[in-house]
Amino acid sequence: MNIQLQGLTKRFPARGKKAKGEVTAVQNLTFEVPDGLLVGLLGPSGCGKSTTLNMICGLETPSEGKIFFGGEDVTALPPERRGVGMVFQNYALYPHLTVLQNITFPLENLKGAQKLTKAAMRAKAEEAAALVQIGDLLDRRPQELSGGQQQRVAIARALVKMPRVLLLDEPLSNLDARLRLQTREEICKIQKKTGITTLFVTHDQEEAMSISDRIVVMKDGLLMQEGAPQAVYDDPANLFVAKFLGTPPINVFGGEVRGGMLYLGDQAVLAVPGAPEGPVWAGVRPEGFEPQPDGPLICALSRVEVLGRDVSIVCTHPACTADTVRAILSTRGQVDAGAARVRFALRPDKVFLFDRDEERRIPFDVPRR
Amino acid sequence: MQSNNGKSGLRTAWTYLGLSVWAVIVLFPFYWMVLTSLKSYGAYNSEHTPVFFTLEPTLENYRQAFTAVPLGGYLLNTLIFSLITTAAMVVVSTLAAYAFARLKFPGKNLVFGLFLSLMMIPSELVVITNFVTITNLDLRNSFPGLILPSITSVFYIYLLKESFEQVPDELYRAAKVDGTSDLKYLWKVMIPICRPTIVTVTILKLIECWNSYVWPRLITDDQAYFLVSNGIQQIREEGFGRENIPAMMAAVVVISVPLVALFLAFRNKIMEGASRGGLKG
Amino acid sequence: MDRNSRKAWLYLLPAAVLLGAFLVYPLIDVLIYSVEEGFNFASQTYFGVGLYNYSYVLHDPYFLQAVENTFVLVIITVPMSTGLSLLIASALSSIKPLRNLYQTIYFLPYVTNTLAVGLVFMVLFQKTEYTDGLVNLMLRWFGAGPIDFINGPHWAKMFVLCFYTVWVVMPFKILVLTSALASVNPDYYKAARVDGTPRRRIFWRITLPMIAPMLVYLIITGFIGAFKAYSDAVALFGTDLNAAGMNTIVGYVYDMLYGDSGGYPSYASAAAIILFVIVLTITCINLLVSRSRK
Repeated sequence: MNIQLQGLTKRFPARGKKAKGEVTAVQNLTFEVPDGLLVGLLGPSGCGKSTTLNMICGLETPSEGKIFFGGEDVTALPPERRGVGMVFQNYALYPHLTVLQNITFPLENLKGAQKLTKAAMRAKAEEAAALVQIGDLLDRRPQELSGGQQQRVAIARALVKMPRVLLLDEPLSNLDARLRLQTREEICKIQKKTGITTLFVTHDQEEAMSISDRIVVMKDGLLMQEGAPQAVYDDPANLFVAKFLGTPPINVFGGEVRGGMLYLGDQAVLAVPGAPEGPVWAGVRPEGFEPQPDGPLICALSRVEVLGRDVSIVCTHPACTADTVRAILSTRGQVDAGAARVRFALRPDKVFLFDRDEERRIPFDVPRR
Repeated sequence: MQSNNGKSGLRTAWTYLGLSVWAVIVLFPFYWMVLTSLKSYGAYNSEHTPVFFTLEPTLENYRQAFTAVPLGGYLLNTLIFSLITTAAMVVVSTLAAYAFARLKFPGKNLVFGLFLSLMMIPSELVVITNFVTITNLDLRNSFPGLILPSITSVFYIYLLKESFEQVPDELYRAAKVDGTSDLKYLWKVMIPICRPTIVTVTILKLIECWNSYVWPRLITDDQAYFLVSNGIQQIREEGFGRENIPAMMAAVVVISVPLVALFLAFRNKIMEGASRGGLKG
Repeated sequence: MDRNSRKAWLYLLPAAVLLGAFLVYPLIDVLIYSVEEGFNFASQTYFGVGLYNYSYVLHDPYFLQAVENTFVLVIITVPMSTGLSLLIASALSSIKPLRNLYQTIYFLPYVTNTLAVGLVFMVLFQKTEYTDGLVNLMLRWFGAGPIDFINGPHWAKMFVLCFYTVWVVMPFKILVLTSALASVNPDYYKAARVDGTPRRRIFWRITLPMIAPMLVYLIITGFIGAFKAYSDAVALFGTDLNAAGMNTIVGYVYDMLYGDSGGYPSYASAAAIILFVIVLTITCINLLVSRSRK
């Protein structure tokens, strides 16, 4: 069952002091979640991703546009008739019900032909609980469970109706770092096992990149880019996407293209054949720096941070828009920590150019290595 | 150090003494009413100097209280009045509080603001018209006349709304995804979660009803519809044919016992609820 | 109107109807009553509109007596009960063992029936042909003569009324102040103790400012409550308060409305509105004073 959004727009009446007009939370959003895949909807807070999710599950009605589940127009259907399961950020477990009662709660609402007997409900709930491995917790109450266990209960509750579509709203944000790693793999595994088309919302790019089959990046209600995580990372459509993906973040320089060369300040750092002349933003991924004794990019070295596997070189460059330039090297000892300067060559496939006004990507021919 | 300890020890002793004096002042009237109710009519009236104990306790006064005046009827009336009023109040207030806390409708904030401003209206102002209204509806000396104006309480709606709002929004949305109706959500999720507040509100209202005096006094002049407060006033004015203090005290004990029992059972709830907004004071 | 708002209004309907009928409509109606001159309750007619009702009430000696009684009651009981409950609450928060027991005992009057326990007070203070009563017995231990507190001189009756009122309002005040004191962060006390601040100074400079908002709240609600005194007086002196010279403003309103001297809703309305104006004025003054102190 794929999900298709067509020109989805949501406007809210403006709130607060300037109580006039409307705020557009989501604007003309069109994308598809292919059948059986796990898709991450990614963006900074306030970008409209939660609103999008709420429209897909039916808690909000779109101002414009349509939503299709496997070709069926569900835009006007109430949530319970869309066949969606949803996991909320704070899990939304009913505190006064046991785990089992929480999981069976959705089933109790079924009416008519779908109505289940008590025994059938219990069987379904146990099946869902087994799927997320909480079969031994059924008689507990939510507050007796750890964050990770609550998360599993929430997933079981969302899955018990065998929804056509599973939606997760910031599913990992309330877990500590270690649980987060473990749980995201768990979600990925469950999704693969059930094959339910899944869309999850997150502001954490690492989370989205690590488990999604595809990611959709949003900003200010607009779709920025969609695609496979690696493809989006390697080929960002604009400066925002480039900056939003990757830790440590991309280094952005104010530069200029002159005679087929990228200049940062007065240093000609890279040949960029095919790029139009003029000022640009130049983004360099931290892994795009290669220390070379005669490298064209000359930075003042601040310090060298040894992170175990990697070495992070923190330096400054006058053309950089941030205070520091951060380079990640996979092997140690290439840079003398005591030196005042460090010289780099840049890997052309890790350098992206963007125009200064629209911040759109400017392509150039990357020489094959 | 030594002297310091001695000083603070002395201070503690004074503190306990002071607190105990107030405790005696509080408890003494209760002791006296129980004591007097156990003294026989003759024994009480022959004590020119009051005696602090009795060696011949008797339950005769209690028999008198129930037979010479319709105390049982007063108690039953009060029970009916309190239970119906409280039940109606809880239902009406819960629905209203739910609408304010969870449902979205245009003008909600304005309506809620109006509701809140109603808290400022003193009951003394409106009792006049209510008296006229109930009289004109020919509902004097009837339970509907007693109950109807006593049901709504803006304050309890406010308390319940505050409590309902503590329930995370996500629970509501989760229930909506599963197709739960509002009424079912209210019944199966909201009320169980907010039960402590509902219990508190219920008990406070019960106490309020049990003690209400002014409205019942205005609206009833038929003994058959008297509540305990009016009954006790009736006993005070007309008495038992003669000034029978022990029997009067027996009636007072009978009226007070349910409240004291309720208080001891739900001590913490009552005190917590009362501190959020008192009835008296 | 869409489905959701219709549903919301449906949920609000019972409360709105009841409040409208028994709170909003009467509020408007009472204003109308108060300016209808010569209103006849039986025929529901009146012959003029004006301020005569107010003027009548303000010249009625019973009303003036009631105002005087009410003001005396307010001026005596509000500071007394607030101060005493502050003392008791601080004492309570300085002890550990038996604290819960004391708290429970102190709260007991809150849940009692004012009318019923008032009778006990009457019995305690009353002097009859048979007996001088318990309070007079105690007075005799100190060599004071017997006084009839219930049917005797006005000051004695006032004393009983004030005593009973304080007894009734104390539980709420002690409760509120105890929880206010408990909510003061103990770090302040620790810090003050490290600096060697004397206890008295800690109380005046730390505790009192910290609980000031609650104190203001108690004083304001105390004023409002005391101005509405009525049932305590009935409990002690019976329903014919005018005869006892112990009527209160609220009592005057009810007497005008109903009872032996009743049947005058217009006068009752005028008196009720005068009371409301007094309470509103005092509350505003209270708020202004408490705000200017900050």
